[in-house]
Amino acid sequence: MAVREGLMALLVDEPRHGYQLKTAFEAATGGVWRLNVGQVYSTLDRLHRDGLVAVDDTGEQKRYALTDSGRDALGAWWRATPADDPPPRDELQLKVLLAVEQGPEHALDVITRQRTALTRALQRHRRAQREAAGDASLSAQLVTDALVVRAEADLRWLDLCESRILRARQGRAPSNGGSP
Amino acid sequence: MTDPCATRDRTRSPALEMVAVTKVYGRGPTEVRALTDVSLTVGRGELVAVMGPSGCGKSTLLHLAGGLEDPTAGAIRVDGLDVPAMTAAERASLRRTEVGYVFQRLNLVPSLTALENVMLPLELEGVGRRESRDRAREALAAVGLTEQLDRYPDDFSGGQQQRIAVARALVGERRLILADEPTGALDTLTGDQVVELLAELPARRGTAVVLVTHEPRYASWADRVVFLRDGRVVDEADAGAPPVGTAVGSAP
Ligand SMILES: Nc1ncnc2c1ncn2[C@@H]1O[C@H](COP(=O)(O)OP(=O)(O)O)[C@@H](O)[C@H]1O
Ligand SMILES: [Mg+2]
Repeated sequence: MAVREGLMALLVDEPRHGYQLKTAFEAATGGVWRLNVGQVYSTLDRLHRDGLVAVDDTGEQKRYALTDSGRDALGAWWRATPADDPPPRDELQLKVLLAVEQGPEHALDVITRQRTALTRALQRHRRAQREAAGDASLSAQLVTDALVVRAEADLRWLDLCESRILRARQGRAPSNGGSP
Repeated sequence: MTDPCATRDRTRSPALEMVAVTKVYGRGPTEVRALTDVSLTVGRGELVAVMGPSGCGKSTLLHLAGGLEDPTAGAIRVDGLDVPAMTAAERASLRRTEVGYVFQRLNLVPSLTALENVMLPLELEGVGRRESRDRAREALAAVGLTEQLDRYPDDFSGGQQQRIAVARALVGERRLILADEPTGALDTLTGDQVVELLAELPARRGTAVVLVTHEPRYASWADRVVFLRDGRVVDEADAGAPPVGTAVGSAP
């Protein structure tokens, strides 16, 4: 995915060896995005083929440097923003939307289950944050923040689904609430 | 051993115990079942969050736990004490000594200073003015307020007012804090601070907290999250339990 651009960004200041790039990439991404060396070299080969990096093989190990067109491509990547459409297709959305097709009770069951699991994931992040308190690197903190905020967004959406389904159900059967 | 509480064995009782609690408002065609067969135990020092859509019975649950209303059926014990069996005076005393309340809307007394607001429950309980003042200062310091305590609630920001409300809820030796959407009108970081404060209480004083909130962010501070829907408990997320099933949500 964005590994290409990630490696190019790490070459902005100075040329680097393949293995240096691997460790720099992993450090910058808070240790949650591991790369294998083979993946690093095959990506560098493709960048070289496309003229975005230059290879210096006079030393013991190959050194990679960003070319001018590499700099241009990287600049374009920094400036690019995610597009709003087409709508994101994630599995959680698909699951809930299809569950609604099978009726409100099934949909509510699915929502309950997914929400509990997400809440527990959030609780784990929170605990990790509390335990790391102060020790975590900035990049690790930012990675955890991203996980937390994404889980929160999914949970908010599930809450909205629940409220809307309950409201729709009420509207359809107004006498449903009181029966034992 | 001459512990006066030993007969009730209160030291071993959970902070809050609700067993098969049902609450029905009104009768006949206007009847509303706010809670149906709800059982919930909150251990000493535990932080439990309660979530659920609007109207699902969250506030009702807290009202019952605090003895503000009676259940239609079921048992409610706070620190081993049978709450529905108490007289009005005993309940009022319970709320000044054992159970602290932080409401959805701020309900500080506007004509009393911050310090006086926090002293109030102690003074009403007959604690002397000097001791009340010392303990109120202590509680305010615990929520990070040490200055300008002679100002009135309106002079403080929303976050500070909510801190004062938390201080008032915890002044004395509380066993249980009931917080109903205490982050209501606060921005995210201020809300974080108020919830962190509540989350630290268990560690600091062994006080149990029931936190009602809409926000998953705040609920995730809790040891357990209980989900209500239509007045029933539909699920529970326990931070201590081993993970179940496969992960869900947005993979990177
Ligand atoms: N005093 C009351 N009289 C009649 N109905 C009430 C009363 N208090 C609450 N209810 C009803 O009980 C249900 C639960 O209310 P509440 O506990 O306030 O929900 P929540 O706090 O989750 O939004 C709602 O349908 C509400 O209208
Ligand atoms: Mg409410």
